[in-house]
Amino acid sequence: MVSPAHFVALSVVLFVIGGVGVLVRRNALVVFMCVELMLNAANLAFVAFSRMHGALDGQVIAFFVMVVAAAEVVVGLAILTSIFRARRSASVDDASLMKY
Amino acid sequence: MTGHIVTGHIVATGGSDIARESTFWILAVLATAAGLGMVLSRRAVHCAVLLAVVMLSLAVLYALQGAPFLAFVQVIVYTGAVLMLFLFVLMIVGISSADSAVETIRGQRLWAGVAGIGLLVLLVLVVGHATIGKAPPASASFGNSNITGIGTLLFTKYVFPFEITSALLITAALGAMVLAHRERLSPKPTQRRLSRERIGSGHPTPLPGPGTYARHNAVDMPARLPDGSSSALSVSEVLTGPADAPDDAQHGDPAALPANAEPADAVPANGVMSSQEDA
Repeated sequence: MVSPAHFVALSVVLFVIGGVGVLVRRNALVVFMCVELMLNAANLAFVAFSRMHGALDGQVIAFFVMVVAAAEVVVGLAILTSIFRARRSASVDDASLMKY
Repeated sequence: MTGHIVTGHIVATGGSDIARESTFWILAVLATAAGLGMVLSRRAVHCAVLLAVVMLSLAVLYALQGAPFLAFVQVIVYTGAVLMLFLFVLMIVGISSADSAVETIRGQRLWAGVAGIGLLVLLVLVVGHATIGKAPPASASFGNSNITGIGTLLFTKYVFPFEITSALLITAALGAMVLAHRERLSPKPTQRRLSRERIGSGHPTPLPGPGTYARHNAVDMPARLPDGSSSALSVSEVLTGPADAPDDAQHGDPAALPANAEPADAVPANGVMSSQEDA
């Protein structure tokens, strides 16, 4: 029997992979993809807990997370394209004008 | 409509335990491997494809847990819309935008790995301390009436967050339009200017197509000219960026590509200059 603990464990693993990806990768697009992976992992945990409690609230929250993630991706990618247009680079290291 | 609800019902409540368990383990291994590959592969396109694998297996895992609605939203919204958006932007940014192997911050990868292991330990401890019970036998809201249940919750208990969501979506759409909008700095190119640029570019004729002598019809393979040599001009610059130069040496003229890539980068400068000439 697959218990909710299995799903939560998988979501922990995916969340950590996404987090390491955000820290390691420097292509802004890939960083975004890793953020999406983390959001998906959180959704998996929400759905698992929803199943565990026998209530649908977790699934509704996961639905909201998907909506917010979609909005975030739209704005984030628009920022990315405008930065790329100005600087001809998608690396997060190159957008450092405000550093010092 | 009823088809997928029934599917969700069967997956969530029916079916043997062994089938569900093996589905979980296969998909868990697949998702973890694809996630790791996403972090490790250098090319952004490979990352996007591997992310699609993770998302699709998560959709099946949702269905396995009695969330058929979320499973389909996952496929349609995430894999269908969000990932396609990623791929579109990838085409704009350049398909060869690989990470450089040089670390800007010294020891960044090492410390990122240490932080990742730390986060893993922390989360495992937290989850291990929590008592995660067994799932109760699936009620109707995890099967046939899943969509009705979610709809009822959305329009009663969560009606205000749901309404705020619409404001968020409108704001996001407007923001994307504002950010992606480009002011035209130089006047619109006239036909005279375009033909001048074309003659001046050294390639007044159209670029070679796939060619009668082509051995592949893939877009990233150069066309073959009648004399048997391959023409690097026929491959779009989006596919062969500057980072691809060593790769192209195998099946194309290496010198042709950088020379070809230069004018594209210089287009704004050229445009301004020639518009001044016109004036």
